[in-house]
Amino acid sequence: MRQWIHGRWHFLFGDSARAFGTLSVVLLACLAIAAAQDHFREWTRYQRRYLALIRSRGEAASLERRFHPGLQQTWLADIGVTDRCSTCHLGLKEASLSDVQTQPFRPHPLMPHSLTEFGCVMCHRGQGTATTVESAHHSTPAWEQPILPARYLESACGQCHWNALAGTPRLNLGRKLLARFDCVACHTVMTPDRWKLAPATDAPLLTRVGTKTTREWIFAWLKNPQAYATSATMPNFQLSDGDVRDISTFLIAQSTSYTPVAQVPALPADATAGASLYGESFCTSCHATTNPAGMLVGGDVGPELTRVGSKVKPDWLADWVKNPKNYRPDAAMPHYRFERKQITLLAGFLGGKADPDLLANIHLEPSTQEQVTHGKALVIARGCTACHEINGIQKPKNFAPELTLIGSQPLVKILFAAGVPHTLPDYISAKIRKPHAVGPATKMPQFTLAPAQVDALVTALLAQTDRAQSLPAALRVSARRESTYQPAGKAGRLMADMSCLRCHTINERGGDVAPDLTLEGSAVQRKWLINFLKHPNTLRPALIRRMPRFNVTSAEAETIADYILTVYQTPAFNSEEVDAAGFQSAEVEEGKQLFYSKYACQSCHIVDPHRDKGYIGPTLTHVGARLTAVWIYHWLKDPQALRPGSIEPNRQMNDTVARALTAFLMKQNRAAVER
Amino acid sequence: MMRFPLLCAILALAPLGGCKRPVAVGPSAKAFGAAIVEVGGGKQAAGVGTTLEQPVVIQVNDAQGSPVAAAPVWIRTTGGATAEPAQGLTGADGQFSTTITLGEVPGGCQIVAIAQDKSGKNVELRLQEIALGYEQILGRELSEHYCARCHDPESTPERVSNHDNLKANAPAFTDGNKVNTMSEADLASTIAHGGSALNRSPEMPPFGFTLAKSDINALVAYICGVADPPCRTKGLVYAKN
Repeated sequence: MRQWIHGRWHFLFGDSARAFGTLSVVLLACLAIAAAQDHFREWTRYQRRYLALIRSRGEAASLERRFHPGLQQTWLADIGVTDRCSTCHLGLKEASLSDVQTQPFRPHPLMPHSLTEFGCVMCHRGQGTATTVESAHHSTPAWEQPILPARYLESACGQCHWNALAGTPRLNLGRKLLARFDCVACHTVMTPDRWKLAPATDAPLLTRVGTKTTREWIFAWLKNPQAYATSATMPNFQLSDGDVRDISTFLIAQSTSYTPVAQVPALPADATAGASLYGESFCTSCHATTNPAGMLVGGDVGPELTRVGSKVKPDWLADWVKNPKNYRPDAAMPHYRFERKQITLLAGFLGGKADPDLLANIHLEPSTQEQVTHGKALVIARGCTACHEINGIQKPKNFAPELTLIGSQPLVKILFAAGVPHTLPDYISAKIRKPHAVGPATKMPQFTLAPAQVDALVTALLAQTDRAQSLPAALRVSARRESTYQPAGKAGRLMADMSCLRCHTINERGGDVAPDLTLEGSAVQRKWLINFLKHPNTLRPALIRRMPRFNVTSAEAETIADYILTVYQTPAFNSEEVDAAGFQSAEVEEGKQLFYSKYACQSCHIVDPHRDKGYIGPTLTHVGARLTAVWIYHWLKDPQALRPGSIEPNRQMNDTVARALTAFLMKQNRAAVER
Repeated sequence: MMRFPLLCAILALAPLGGCKRPVAVGPSAKAFGAAIVEVGGGKQAAGVGTTLEQPVVIQVNDAQGSPVAAAPVWIRTTGGATAEPAQGLTGADGQFSTTITLGEVPGGCQIVAIAQDKSGKNVELRLQEIALGYEQILGRELSEHYCARCHDPESTPERVSNHDNLKANAPAFTDGNKVNTMSEADLASTIAHGGSALNRSPEMPPFGFTLAKSDINALVAYICGVADPPCRTKGLVYAKN
């Protein structure tokens, strides 16, 4: 063997001429390999296949004209994008290839931005400069951002769009949930324009919790909030029985006393009358209950009331029903101005909504000072005051990691639980679903979320990238931010008392449950408004959430109505534009024709209750006594100008047509408005 | 001589390492069905790459139509969709449930459930799921806001349908037999100019002054995406003069 090697060596490198010759051959071969490697690069194969594909098609000539061989690169310096994706993805801009199923030659599905303006990695992530399939799409040791799975793609929109877009329902939901589940009470999440996301719910005050509920209920609630109310947003802290006992002892011990104002007259319980008062007061507009079929029915503005009788003390409940602002001045719940009998009925009805099984097995030993001390330490450690107000404990600062840049968190900084794929979206999703799987010492509690909610939260968090922070400000679309508007004076105090802004928006502040009232003063008539405030009736038959009756006095109704009519006016109307008194009967007749035939308004509205059936829009049987002529006239000409997003289509009516329809509608005043 | 047993061992092990799994390995067939029927989960529409809310549930029946327990079922998918689990045995009620995650490309995905009958022949059931891209999702949101109250005959507690209050029959967008009688251009034109413009009912109002052109295109893309039977494919689009 050794002899053989020796022989070969001598043959190749025996003297300088042989060695030179051999090395030359080796060098030539290396050069040939380098050239061949360049020629047979992965992307050249795709370009050859693309050419073969387009040459077999009818529009070959035009496709070939737009094909450029070689490496293709999009460089957008201002947004930091360098993409070579179109080197292989050759059909991205070719709409005529829509029937092609093979990647990478499919055209890009329709989208609101152009490829030349934003490139690819801006939305899809991946490594833009890479020219092999593996390194462009997957993560490598040097590149941690693989292609973003399609289910989280809306997060890309969220890097510039901080407002709610119509085409990104998942992102919008995720951002809403960040606030609704109070994620942002512990975690700081900032937008690029340095706006801090704020929690949406007002977690209950715990400073007087001893008046409201019992130690046993707090125990059951902390043990499993969803056992009390399936829709509860409170997370499960997965505490031991001893810890839960100590926290409940501490919470009762720190509670200051509060004497309920309401004295409940002892009346025989009348469940039927109580239930109908609950219905009449439209409590379901905000509160949900589980019906006998097991379905949760009602709004999610207030807490679920299915088992409320097991939670609150009767005296507290009566006091709360009487006037929630006594217990909590900034309570979301309106002051209903119930009579004493009504308070008894409603409190009795709600008190009856109890679940005897909930607290049946909870027997707590007498409280001790050790329990209180330990409970307080636990409350501090668990950060309860991030959401709740508790006596003697400050709101924690920087309690949880900041999530402003979580969407571009380097993987080296992440501790992955076993079985979780090593990608950022998978990590965030796993952490939200099972925080304790990542590390048993984590302070993050267990939330109860549906899979779609987890996807939405991950989408919202993936939008929090460092790219989003560094993008040019011109690209940024800021979120609608709530103003600090507050109605003034006596009417303002009444409106705060009835929590109008929880459902209605006025001057960019308030809820989205009910119509925006910013221009309401221009729309309605005084007599109708006063009557409506006293006896709200249903305007839109198909609506589920309805305005409750707050039992206001005539004087209160007049105060609010006058304020609305004076302050909430649009400057765009000229009151002399439409002369309601001058409508001719011919105009009324023409309006009727237009209403029923040309515009078929009866498909959504009811003017004649015996004939019309449409119940999408408001019922118009009394519209002549409800709205002002000038409002109807302008509304008909451009509804969205007065109420953006209204589903009433803009019909581009000319002045004559709008006037005729206004004349017809102003005649609709069938019955006397006053009761 | 020492090499011989080693060689024998290598030769004996080689086929094991190199062999491919047979296609139908998995649940062993002890029970056989004659037909597969859908219990639920077909015709769902969701965004690309998402997991469908309802699982696909199928039932294996014998020739008499009664459910067969412990029959092996395989799920095959197209359009990049995945099924979890992709194979298994039917339960005591003859049913098999699987969760579908849609593919990354907008369009229809087929879910094919396969069982074997006694002769070893495959019995198939084909279900269609729909993956919605950006444009269709925008269309769906707009449809929920502007269209569904009349065009969706189903009432829910949150949205009472106005469908039956109309003289004209507003077709449900999933009703391919009605929707497919119109071309995409006709659909766009009806949305923009209303029913009267195409000599149809004036109860369909024009939305051309309310919605942007791109919104109307998104609505058409959504309608064509969810119509069943599906819309005709567009085919080649040549540059217009």
